[in-house]
Amino acid sequence: MTQVPIAPDLFTWPSDSPSLIAGKGSDGKLEFPYRSHRLVGGVREELEKVELPRRGTLWTFTSQVFRPPAPPYAGNDDVKSFQPFSVGYVELPGALKIEARLTEPDPDKLSIGQEMELRIVPFGLDADGNETMIYAFAPVQDGDTA
Amino acid sequence: MSTDDIAIIGVGMHPFGRYDGKSALQMGEDAVIDALGDAGVAWGDVGSLWASSMEVFNPEAITGLLGLTGIPARSTFTGCASGGNVLAQAANSVRLGEADVAVAVGLDKHPRGAFSAHPSVSGLPDWYGEAGLFLTTHFFGMKINRYMNDHGISHETLARVAVKAFRNGERTGYAWRNKQMSVEEILASPVLNYPLRQYMYCGPDEGAAAAVVCRADQAHRYGGTPVFLKASTLFSRKEGAFELLSPSLPIEADLSPTVYASRAAYELAGIGPEDVDVIQLQDTDAGSEIIHMAENGFCADGDQEKLIAEGATEIGGRMPVNTDGGLLANGEPVGASGLRQVFELTTQLRGRAGGRQVEGAKVGYAQLYGSPGTAAVTILST
Repeated sequence: MTQVPIAPDLFTWPSDSPSLIAGKGSDGKLEFPYRSHRLVGGVREELEKVELPRRGTLWTFTSQVFRPPAPPYAGNDDVKSFQPFSVGYVELPGALKIEARLTEPDPDKLSIGQEMELRIVPFGLDADGNETMIYAFAPVQDGDTA
Repeated sequence: MSTDDIAIIGVGMHPFGRYDGKSALQMGEDAVIDALGDAGVAWGDVGSLWASSMEVFNPEAITGLLGLTGIPARSTFTGCASGGNVLAQAANSVRLGEADVAVAVGLDKHPRGAFSAHPSVSGLPDWYGEAGLFLTTHFFGMKINRYMNDHGISHETLARVAVKAFRNGERTGYAWRNKQMSVEEILASPVLNYPLRQYMYCGPDEGAAAAVVCRADQAHRYGGTPVFLKASTLFSRKEGAFELLSPSLPIEADLSPTVYASRAAYELAGIGPEDVDVIQLQDTDAGSEIIHMAENGFCADGDQEKLIAEGATEIGGRMPVNTDGGLLANGEPVGASGLRQVFELTTQLRGRAGGRQVEGAKVGYAQLYGSPGTAAVTILST
Protein backbone atom coordinates (compact mmCIF):
# COMPACT_ATOMS: atom_id res chain seq x y z
CA MET A 1 0.00 0.00 0.00
CA THR A 2 1.30 3.45 -0.87
CA GLN A 3 1.93 5.70 2.11
CA VAL A 4 1.24 9.42 1.74
CA PRO A 5 1.44 12.30 4.26
CA ILE A 6 -1.97 13.34 5.65
CA ALA A 7 -1.20 16.85 4.34
CA PRO A 8 1.67 18.50 2.43
CA ASP A 9 4.38 20.55 4.17
CA LEU A 10 3.79 19.00 7.63
CA PHE A 11 7.00 16.95 7.81
CA THR A 12 9.92 15.92 5.60
CA TRP A 13 8.89 12.75 3.78
CA PRO A 14 10.09 10.27 2.79
CA SER A 15 13.06 10.41 5.13
CA ASP A 16 15.08 8.13 7.43
CA SER A 17 14.91 10.83 10.12
CA PRO A 18 11.87 12.97 9.32
CA SER A 19 11.36 16.41 10.90
CA LEU A 20 8.36 18.68 11.33
CA ILE A 21 8.38 21.74 9.08
CA ALA A 22 7.78 25.21 10.57
CA GLY A 23 7.56 28.67 9.05
CA LYS A 24 10.09 31.26 10.20
CA GLY A 25 9.78 35.03 9.78
CA SER A 26 12.55 37.66 9.79
CA ASP A 27 11.63 38.29 13.46
CA GLY A 28 12.80 34.74 14.21
CA LYS A 29 9.38 33.53 15.36
CA LEU A 30 8.40 30.01 14.38
CA GLU A 31 4.95 28.74 13.44
CA PHE A 32 3.71 25.21 13.08
CA PRO A 33 2.08 24.12 10.86
CA TYR A 34 3.99 25.99 8.16
CA ARG A 35 2.06 28.64 6.27
CA SER A 36 3.36 30.68 3.38
CA HIS A 37 3.10 34.12 4.95
CA ARG A 38 2.09 36.20 7.95
CA LEU A 39 2.28 39.77 9.18
CA VAL A 40 5.73 40.65 10.56
CA GLY A 41 5.89 44.15 12.01
CA GLY A 42 2.60 44.90 10.29
CA VAL A 43 3.89 43.89 6.84
CA ARG A 44 3.01 40.74 4.92
CA GLU A 45 6.08 38.54 4.70
CA GLU A 46 6.82 35.20 3.04
CA LEU A 47 8.02 32.67 5.62
CA GLU A 48 11.09 30.45 5.35
CA LYS A 49 10.64 26.67 5.77
CA VAL A 50 12.73 25.32 8.63
CA GLU A 51 12.99 21.83 10.15
CA LEU A 52 12.24 21.46 13.89
CA PRO A 53 14.23 19.38 16.39
CA ARG A 54 13.11 15.73 16.53
CA ARG A 55 13.32 15.34 20.30
CA GLY A 56 11.81 17.19 23.22
CA THR A 57 10.07 16.78 26.55
CA LEU A 58 6.41 16.06 27.27
CA TRP A 59 4.88 19.34 28.52
CA THR A 60 1.37 18.00 29.16
CA PHE A 61 -1.01 15.34 27.84
CA THR A 62 -4.54 13.97 27.93
CA SER A 63 -6.45 11.04 26.47
CA GLN A 64 -9.27 10.65 23.96
CA VAL A 65 -11.33 7.61 24.90
CA PHE A 66 -14.35 7.97 22.60
CA ARG A 67 -14.40 8.33 18.81
CA PRO A 68 -14.36 12.05 17.94
CA PRO A 69 -17.37 13.39 16.02
CA ALA A 70 -17.06 12.47 12.35
CA PRO A 71 -16.78 14.53 10.27
CA PRO A 72 -14.33 16.14 10.74
CA TYR A 73 -12.65 13.04 12.26
CA ALA A 74 -11.59 10.67 9.46
CA GLY A 75 -9.91 7.75 11.20
CA ASN A 76 -10.14 4.33 9.52
CA ASP A 77 -12.38 2.96 12.28
CA ASP A 78 -15.92 3.06 13.65
CA VAL A 79 -17.40 3.50 17.11
CA LYS A 80 -16.69 -0.15 17.95
CA SER A 81 -13.20 -0.49 16.48
CA PHE A 82 -11.98 2.94 17.64
CA GLN A 83 -8.82 2.72 19.73
CA PRO A 84 -8.28 5.39 22.43
CA PHE A 85 -5.30 7.64 21.84
CA SER A 86 -3.31 10.25 23.76
CA VAL A 87 -2.66 13.85 22.79
CA GLY A 88 0.03 16.05 24.26
CA TYR A 89 2.30 19.04 23.81
CA VAL A 90 5.98 18.24 23.34
CA GLU A 91 8.38 21.08 24.03
CA LEU A 92 11.07 21.09 21.34
CA PRO A 93 13.99 23.01 22.88
CA GLY A 94 14.56 26.46 21.41
CA ALA A 95 11.65 25.99 18.99
CA LEU A 96 7.98 25.40 19.86
CA LYS A 97 5.61 23.30 21.92
CA ILE A 98 3.95 20.99 19.39
CA GLU A 99 0.50 19.45 19.86
CA ALA A 100 0.50 15.87 18.60
CA ARG A 101 -0.87 12.40 18.97
CA LEU A 102 1.29 10.28 21.25
CA THR A 103 2.06 6.65 20.42
CA GLU A 104 1.40 5.58 24.05
CA PRO A 105 -2.38 5.50 24.59
CA ASP A 106 -2.29 4.78 28.35
CA PRO A 107 -2.04 8.01 30.42
CA ASP A 108 -0.68 6.00 33.36
CA LYS A 109 2.39 5.20 31.28
CA LEU A 110 3.09 8.84 30.44
CA SER A 111 4.62 11.52 32.66
CA ILE A 112 5.19 15.23 32.25
CA GLY A 113 8.85 15.98 31.58
CA GLN A 114 9.72 12.65 29.97
CA GLU A 115 11.75 12.62 26.76
CA MET A 116 9.84 12.15 23.50
CA GLU A 117 10.85 11.64 19.89
CA LEU A 118 9.09 12.28 16.58
CA ARG A 119 7.61 9.35 14.66
CA ILE A 120 5.72 9.25 11.39
CA VAL A 121 2.95 6.67 11.81
CA PRO A 122 0.06 5.28 9.74
CA PHE A 123 -3.28 7.00 10.41
CA GLY A 124 -6.06 6.20 7.91
CA LEU A 125 -6.92 5.95 4.22
CA ASP A 126 -7.31 8.72 1.67
CA ALA A 127 -9.91 8.82 -1.12
CA ASP A 128 -7.57 6.86 -3.45
CA GLY A 129 -7.01 4.05 -0.94
CA ASN A 130 -3.52 5.21 0.05
CA GLU A 131 -2.44 4.90 3.66
CA THR A 132 -2.19 8.36 5.21
CA MET A 133 0.77 9.08 7.50
CA ILE A 134 0.74 11.48 10.44
CA TYR A 135 3.30 12.78 12.91
CA ALA A 136 3.25 11.57 16.50
CA PHE A 137 5.61 11.53 19.44
CA ALA A 138 6.84 8.38 21.14
CA PRO A 139 8.43 8.01 24.59
CA VAL A 140 12.20 7.61 24.25
CA GLN A 141 13.17 4.15 25.51
CA ASP A 142 16.33 3.50 27.47
CA GLY A 143 19.11 2.81 25.02
CA ASP A 144 17.63 4.93 22.20
CA THR A 145 20.28 7.19 20.77
CA ALA A 146 19.52 10.80 20.05
CA MET B 1 -15.42 50.06 30.71
CA SER B 2 -16.43 51.78 33.94
CA THR B 3 -20.04 51.01 34.39
CA ASP B 4 -21.30 52.22 37.75
CA ASP B 5 -23.75 54.28 35.73
CA ILE B 6 -25.81 51.25 34.68
CA ALA B 7 -28.36 49.31 36.72
CA ILE B 8 -29.72 45.81 36.15
CA ILE B 9 -33.39 46.18 37.03
CA GLY B 10 -34.64 42.75 36.04
CA VAL B 11 -33.40 39.24 35.35
CA GLY B 12 -35.12 36.18 33.97
CA MET B 13 -34.31 32.62 33.16
CA HIS B 14 -35.65 29.62 31.32
CA PRO B 15 -34.02 26.79 33.33
CA PHE B 16 -31.30 24.89 31.45
CA GLY B 17 -31.92 21.27 30.52
CA ARG B 18 -33.63 19.34 27.73
CA TYR B 19 -36.95 20.56 26.34
CA ASP B 20 -38.13 18.50 23.39
CA GLY B 21 -40.47 20.40 21.11
CA LYS B 22 -39.55 23.85 22.46
CA SER B 23 -37.33 26.11 20.35
CA ALA B 24 -34.42 28.19 21.58
CA LEU B 25 -36.32 31.36 20.63
CA GLN B 26 -39.34 30.24 22.65
CA MET B 27 -37.11 29.68 25.68
CA GLY B 28 -35.59 33.11 25.11
CA GLU B 29 -39.09 34.58 24.97
CA ASP B 30 -39.89 33.05 28.38
CA ALA B 31 -36.64 34.42 29.84
CA VAL B 32 -37.30 37.95 28.55
CA ILE B 33 -40.92 37.95 29.77
CA ASP B 34 -39.62 36.78 33.16
CA ALA B 35 -37.00 39.57 33.22
CA LEU B 36 -39.47 42.27 32.13
CA GLY B 37 -41.90 41.17 34.85
CA ASP B 38 -39.08 41.30 37.38
CA ALA B 39 -38.14 44.81 36.25
CA GLY B 40 -41.70 46.09 36.05
CA VAL B 41 -41.09 47.14 32.45
CA ALA B 42 -43.45 46.65 29.51
CA TRP B 43 -41.96 45.30 26.26
CA GLY B 44 -43.20 48.47 24.54
CA ASP B 45 -40.85 50.52 26.76
CA VAL B 46 -37.74 48.54 25.73
CA GLY B 47 -35.58 50.66 23.42
CA SER B 48 -32.99 48.14 22.20
CA LEU B 49 -32.08 44.45 22.38
CA TRP B 50 -28.86 42.44 22.15
CA ALA B 51 -29.06 38.66 21.73
CA SER B 52 -26.55 35.80 21.59
CA SER B 53 -26.78 32.22 20.40
CA MET B 54 -24.51 29.56 18.97
CA GLU B 55 -27.19 27.49 17.24
CA VAL B 56 -29.64 30.22 16.11
CA PHE B 57 -28.25 32.40 13.31
CA ASN B 58 -30.42 35.44 14.11
CA PRO B 59 -31.43 35.27 17.78
CA GLU B 60 -32.55 38.91 17.57
CA ALA B 61 -35.53 37.46 15.66
CA ILE B 62 -36.94 36.96 19.17
CA THR B 63 -38.68 40.32 18.55
CA GLY B 64 -41.09 38.28 16.40
CA LEU B 65 -42.27 36.55 19.59
CA LEU B 66 -42.10 39.55 21.93
CA GLY B 67 -43.62 42.17 19.63
CA LEU B 68 -42.50 43.95 16.47
CA THR B 69 -41.82 47.43 17.84
CA GLY B 70 -39.10 48.41 15.36
CA ILE B 71 -36.33 48.80 17.97
CA PRO B 72 -32.66 48.19 17.11
CA ALA B 73 -32.26 44.44 17.72
CA ARG B 74 -28.80 42.93 17.19
CA SER B 75 -26.84 39.80 17.93
CA THR B 76 -23.24 39.00 18.75
CA PHE B 77 -21.51 35.74 19.56
CA THR B 78 -18.19 35.41 21.38
CA GLY B 79 -18.28 31.73 22.33
CA CYS B 80 -18.71 30.94 26.00
CA ALA B 81 -18.06 34.63 26.80
CA SER B 82 -21.23 35.69 24.92
CA GLY B 83 -23.48 36.30 27.94
CA GLY B 84 -21.08 38.84 29.45
CA ASN B 85 -20.71 40.46 26.07
CA VAL B 86 -24.43 40.98 25.31
CA LEU B 87 -24.93 42.43 28.80
CA ALA B 88 -22.08 44.88 28.08
CA GLN B 89 -23.58 45.78 24.68
CA ALA B 90 -27.03 46.38 26.17
CA ALA B 91 -25.39 48.62 28.78
CA ASN B 92 -23.51 50.46 26.03
CA SER B 93 -26.75 51.03 24.15
CA VAL B 94 -28.16 52.80 27.20
CA ARG B 95 -24.91 54.69 27.81
CA LEU B 96 -24.86 55.92 24.23
CA GLY B 97 -28.37 57.27 24.61
CA GLU B 98 -29.84 54.87 22.08
CA ALA B 99 -32.34 53.49 24.59
CA ASP B 100 -33.61 54.25 28.09
CA VAL B 101 -34.14 50.54 28.72
CA ALA B 102 -32.30 47.72 26.95
CA VAL B 103 -32.62 43.93 27.04
CA ALA B 104 -29.80 41.36 26.85
CA VAL B 105 -30.82 37.78 26.11
CA GLY B 106 -28.93 34.55 25.48
CA LEU B 107 -30.61 31.43 24.13
CA ASP B 108 -29.46 28.08 22.79
CA LYS B 109 -30.50 24.52 22.04
CA HIS B 110 -27.59 22.20 21.36
CA PRO B 111 -27.81 18.72 19.90
CA ARG B 112 -26.76 15.92 22.26
CA GLY B 113 -23.09 14.92 22.33
CA ALA B 114 -19.75 16.67 21.86
CA PHE B 115 -19.62 19.85 19.81
CA SER B 116 -18.57 19.20 16.24
CA ALA B 117 -17.60 21.64 13.53
CA HIS B 118 -15.23 21.97 10.59
CA PRO B 119 -11.70 23.13 11.54
CA SER B 120 -11.83 25.89 8.93
CA VAL B 121 -14.31 27.82 11.11
CA SER B 122 -11.42 28.21 13.57
CA GLY B 123 -8.82 28.96 10.91
CA LEU B 124 -7.32 25.46 11.18
CA PRO B 125 -6.40 23.05 8.37
CA ASP B 126 -8.59 20.08 7.39
CA TRP B 127 -6.06 17.45 8.57
CA TYR B 128 -6.29 18.79 12.14
CA GLY B 129 -9.92 17.69 12.26
CA GLU B 130 -9.34 14.46 10.30
CA ALA B 131 -6.69 13.44 12.85
CA GLY B 132 -9.09 13.81 15.80
CA LEU B 133 -7.33 16.86 17.23
CA PHE B 134 -10.17 19.38 16.71
CA LEU B 135 -11.71 18.88 20.17
CA THR B 136 -11.84 21.63 22.79
CA THR B 137 -11.99 18.97 25.51
CA HIS B 138 -8.33 18.04 24.86
CA PHE B 139 -7.36 21.51 26.05
CA PHE B 140 -9.27 21.17 29.33
CA GLY B 141 -7.64 17.82 30.07
CA MET B 142 -4.17 19.05 29.16
CA LYS B 143 -4.40 22.35 31.05
CA ILE B 144 -5.48 20.80 34.35
CA ASN B 145 -3.04 17.90 33.97
CA ARG B 146 -0.13 20.36 33.74
CA TYR B 147 -1.62 22.48 36.55
CA MET B 148 -1.97 19.46 38.88
CA ASN B 149 1.65 18.54 38.13
CA ASP B 150 2.94 22.07 38.83
CA HIS B 151 0.78 22.98 41.82
CA GLY B 152 0.02 19.76 43.68
CA ILE B 153 -3.71 19.46 42.96
CA SER B 154 -5.14 15.96 43.54
CA HIS B 155 -7.78 13.93 41.69
CA GLU B 156 -9.88 14.07 44.89
CA THR B 157 -9.95 17.87 44.67
CA LEU B 158 -11.27 17.65 41.11
CA ALA B 159 -14.01 15.35 42.40
CA ARG B 160 -14.84 17.70 45.31
CA VAL B 161 -15.56 20.51 42.82
CA ALA B 162 -18.13 18.29 41.10
CA VAL B 163 -19.62 17.17 44.44
CA LYS B 164 -20.15 20.83 45.39
CA ALA B 165 -21.70 21.62 42.00
CA PHE B 166 -24.32 18.88 42.25
CA ARG B 167 -25.05 19.69 45.90
CA ASN B 168 -25.62 23.35 44.98
CA GLY B 169 -27.66 22.19 42.00
CA GLU B 170 -29.93 20.28 44.37
CA ARG B 171 -30.39 23.37 46.55
CA THR B 172 -31.14 25.46 43.47
CA GLY B 173 -34.09 23.32 42.48
CA TYR B 174 -34.21 24.16 38.78
CA ALA B 175 -30.69 22.90 37.98
CA TRP B 176 -30.45 20.19 35.31
CA ARG B 177 -28.22 17.87 37.35
CA ASN B 178 -29.51 18.04 40.90
CA LYS B 179 -28.70 14.62 42.34
CA GLN B 180 -25.96 14.58 44.94
CA MET B 181 -22.94 12.38 44.25
CA SER B 182 -20.00 11.35 46.43
CA VAL B 183 -16.30 11.86 45.74
CA GLU B 184 -16.02 8.08 45.34
CA GLU B 185 -18.84 7.93 42.76
CA ILE B 186 -17.30 10.73 40.72
CA LEU B 187 -13.83 9.15 40.84
CA ALA B 188 -15.42 5.86 39.72
CA SER B 189 -16.93 7.40 36.58
CA PRO B 190 -15.07 6.80 33.30
CA VAL B 191 -12.15 9.00 32.26
CA LEU B 192 -13.09 11.03 29.17
CA ASN B 193 -9.93 13.12 28.77
CA TYR B 194 -7.36 12.25 31.43
CA PRO B 195 -7.53 13.36 34.24
CA LEU B 196 -11.12 14.51 33.66
CA ARG B 197 -13.94 12.04 34.22
CA GLN B 198 -17.56 11.92 33.06
CA TYR B 199 -19.02 13.80 36.05
CA MET B 200 -16.26 16.41 36.00
CA TYR B 201 -17.55 17.80 32.68
CA CYS B 202 -20.52 20.02 31.96
CA GLY B 203 -22.78 18.97 29.11
CA PRO B 204 -24.20 21.09 26.29
CA ASP B 205 -27.95 21.55 26.77
CA GLU B 206 -30.78 24.04 26.20
CA GLY B 207 -32.07 27.17 27.86
CA ALA B 208 -32.13 30.94 27.99
CA ALA B 209 -31.46 33.84 30.35
CA ALA B 210 -32.09 37.58 30.11
CA ALA B 211 -31.41 40.88 31.86
CA VAL B 212 -32.99 44.33 31.63
CA VAL B 213 -30.76 47.39 32.08
CA CYS B 214 -31.26 51.13 32.39
CA ARG B 215 -29.37 54.21 33.59
CA ALA B 216 -28.60 53.93 37.30
CA ASP B 217 -30.17 57.32 38.02
CA GLN B 218 -33.43 56.17 36.41
CA ALA B 219 -33.65 52.78 38.12
CA HIS B 220 -36.05 54.09 40.77
CA ARG B 221 -38.68 54.64 38.05
CA TYR B 222 -39.13 50.92 37.62
CA GLY B 223 -40.50 48.30 39.94
CA GLY B 224 -37.50 46.00 40.30
CA THR B 225 -34.75 45.99 42.93
CA PRO B 226 -31.69 47.24 41.04
CA VAL B 227 -28.15 45.95 41.25
CA PHE B 228 -25.33 47.91 39.66
CA LEU B 229 -22.87 47.00 36.92
CA LYS B 230 -19.45 47.94 38.32
CA ALA B 231 -17.27 46.46 35.59
CA SER B 232 -17.56 44.55 32.36
CA THR B 233 -14.43 43.47 30.48
CA LEU B 234 -13.55 41.15 27.62
CA PHE B 235 -10.09 40.08 26.44
CA SER B 236 -8.99 37.83 23.60
CA ARG B 237 -5.87 35.67 23.89
CA LYS B 238 -2.35 37.00 23.63
CA GLU B 239 0.48 35.26 21.82
CA GLY B 240 1.94 32.61 24.10
CA ALA B 241 -1.22 31.96 26.11
CA PHE B 242 -2.04 28.25 26.42
CA GLU B 243 -5.32 28.13 24.51
CA LEU B 244 -7.80 25.77 22.94
CA LEU B 245 -7.16 24.30 19.52
CA SER B 246 -3.51 25.34 19.15
CA PRO B 247 -1.41 23.04 16.91
CA SER B 248 1.66 24.73 18.38
CA LEU B 249 2.55 27.22 21.11
CA PRO B 250 5.58 29.46 21.58
CA ILE B 251 8.08 28.35 24.25
CA GLU B 252 7.73 31.73 25.96
CA ALA B 253 4.34 31.76 27.69
CA ASP B 254 1.87 34.58 28.36
CA LEU B 255 -1.05 34.62 30.79
CA SER B 256 -4.60 33.48 30.08
CA PRO B 257 -7.00 36.18 28.82
CA THR B 258 -8.95 35.57 32.05
CA VAL B 259 -6.09 37.13 34.04
CA TYR B 260 -6.17 40.29 31.92
CA ALA B 261 -9.99 40.52 32.00
CA SER B 262 -9.97 40.01 35.78
CA ARG B 263 -7.28 42.61 36.54
CA ALA B 264 -9.00 45.18 34.33
CA ALA B 265 -12.37 44.50 35.96
CA TYR B 266 -11.04 44.92 39.51
CA GLU B 267 -9.41 48.19 38.47
CA LEU B 268 -12.64 49.52 36.92
CA ALA B 269 -14.71 48.49 39.93
CA GLY B 270 -12.15 49.88 42.36
CA ILE B 271 -12.20 46.69 44.42
CA GLY B 272 -10.07 43.59 44.91
CA PRO B 273 -10.88 39.89 45.12
CA GLU B 274 -11.10 40.16 48.93
CA ASP B 275 -14.17 42.41 48.49
CA VAL B 276 -16.16 39.82 46.52
CA ASP B 277 -18.93 37.98 48.41
CA VAL B 278 -20.26 35.57 45.75
CA ILE B 279 -18.41 34.18 42.75
CA GLN B 280 -19.35 32.62 39.42
CA LEU B 281 -16.51 30.94 37.49
CA GLN B 282 -16.55 29.16 34.12
CA ASP B 283 -16.60 25.50 35.16
CA THR B 284 -16.71 23.80 31.78
CA ASP B 285 -14.98 21.09 33.77
CA ALA B 286 -13.93 20.70 37.41
CA GLY B 287 -10.33 21.56 36.54
CA SER B 288 -11.33 24.88 34.99
CA GLU B 289 -13.00 26.00 38.22
CA ILE B 290 -9.81 25.23 40.16
CA ILE B 291 -7.57 27.08 37.70
CA HIS B 292 -9.98 30.01 37.42
CA MET B 293 -9.96 30.52 41.22
CA ALA B 294 -6.30 31.53 40.89
CA GLU B 295 -6.57 33.28 37.51
CA ASN B 296 -9.26 35.56 38.97
CA GLY B 297 -7.17 36.43 42.04
CA PHE B 298 -9.12 34.51 44.67
CA CYS B 299 -6.11 32.43 45.75
CA ALA B 300 -2.52 31.58 44.86
CA ASP B 301 -1.75 28.68 42.53
CA GLY B 302 -1.90 25.48 44.56
CA ASP B 303 -3.88 26.87 47.51
CA GLN B 304 -7.05 25.36 46.01
CA GLU B 305 -6.09 21.93 47.38
CA LYS B 306 -6.46 23.15 50.96
CA LEU B 307 -9.21 25.72 50.35
CA ILE B 308 -11.54 23.22 48.67
CA ALA B 309 -10.89 20.54 51.33
CA GLU B 310 -11.79 23.13 54.00
CA GLY B 311 -15.02 24.07 52.22
CA ALA B 312 -13.98 27.64 51.39
CA THR B 313 -15.82 27.55 48.05
CA GLU B 314 -19.06 26.16 49.52
CA ILE B 315 -22.11 28.30 50.33
CA GLY B 316 -21.17 29.45 53.82
CA GLY B 317 -17.46 29.35 53.01
CA ARG B 318 -15.36 32.47 52.64
CA MET B 319 -15.32 32.43 48.81
CA PRO B 320 -18.53 30.73 47.61
CA VAL B 321 -18.15 29.62 43.97
CA ASN B 322 -20.99 28.68 41.61
CA THR B 323 -23.76 28.82 44.19
CA ASP B 324 -26.36 27.60 41.66
CA GLY B 325 -24.22 24.63 40.64
CA GLY B 326 -22.50 26.44 37.76
CA LEU B 327 -22.12 24.83 34.38
CA LEU B 328 -21.50 21.41 35.92
CA ALA B 329 -25.03 21.29 37.34
CA ASN B 330 -26.86 23.49 34.82
CA GLY B 331 -25.12 22.45 31.60
CA GLU B 332 -24.11 24.97 28.99
CA PRO B 333 -26.40 26.48 26.39
CA VAL B 334 -23.42 28.50 25.16
CA GLY B 335 -25.19 31.71 24.16
CA ALA B 336 -27.12 31.84 27.45
CA SER B 337 -24.59 30.65 30.02
CA GLY B 338 -23.10 34.04 30.92
CA LEU B 339 -26.53 35.51 31.61
CA ARG B 340 -27.30 32.56 33.92
CA GLN B 341 -24.33 33.76 35.97
CA VAL B 342 -25.81 37.28 36.02
CA PHE B 343 -29.22 35.88 36.99
CA GLU B 344 -27.70 34.01 39.93
CA LEU B 345 -25.54 36.92 41.13
CA THR B 346 -28.48 39.33 40.92
CA THR B 347 -30.65 36.87 42.87
CA GLN B 348 -27.92 36.55 45.51
CA LEU B 349 -27.31 40.32 45.80
CA ARG B 350 -31.05 40.87 46.27
CA GLY B 351 -31.07 38.28 49.06
CA ARG B 352 -33.60 36.11 47.24
CA ALA B 353 -31.61 32.90 46.79
CA GLY B 354 -33.50 30.98 49.48
CA GLY B 355 -31.71 27.83 50.63
CA ARG B 356 -28.56 28.70 48.71
CA GLN B 357 -28.35 32.36 49.87
CA VAL B 358 -24.90 33.73 50.72
CA GLU B 359 -25.64 35.83 53.80
CA GLY B 360 -25.10 39.55 53.32
CA ALA B 361 -23.82 39.28 49.74
CA LYS B 362 -23.11 42.78 48.37
CA VAL B 363 -20.55 42.20 45.60
CA GLY B 364 -20.80 39.52 42.92
CA TYR B 365 -18.16 38.44 40.37
CA ALA B 366 -18.69 36.43 37.17
CA GLN B 367 -16.03 35.06 34.79
CA LEU B 368 -16.48 33.40 31.42
CA TYR B 369 -13.88 31.66 29.27
CA GLY B 370 -14.07 29.75 26.02
CA SER B 371 -13.22 29.29 22.40
CA PRO B 372 -11.32 30.80 20.65
CA GLY B 373 -9.48 32.04 23.75
CA THR B 374 -11.86 34.75 24.97
CA ALA B 375 -12.54 35.73 28.58
CA ALA B 376 -15.11 38.12 30.04
CA VAL B 377 -15.55 39.36 33.60
CA THR B 378 -18.60 41.12 35.06
CA ILE B 379 -18.71 42.66 38.56
CA LEU B 380 -22.04 43.57 40.16
CA SER B 381 -22.85 45.25 43.46
CA THR B 382 -25.86 46.24 45.50
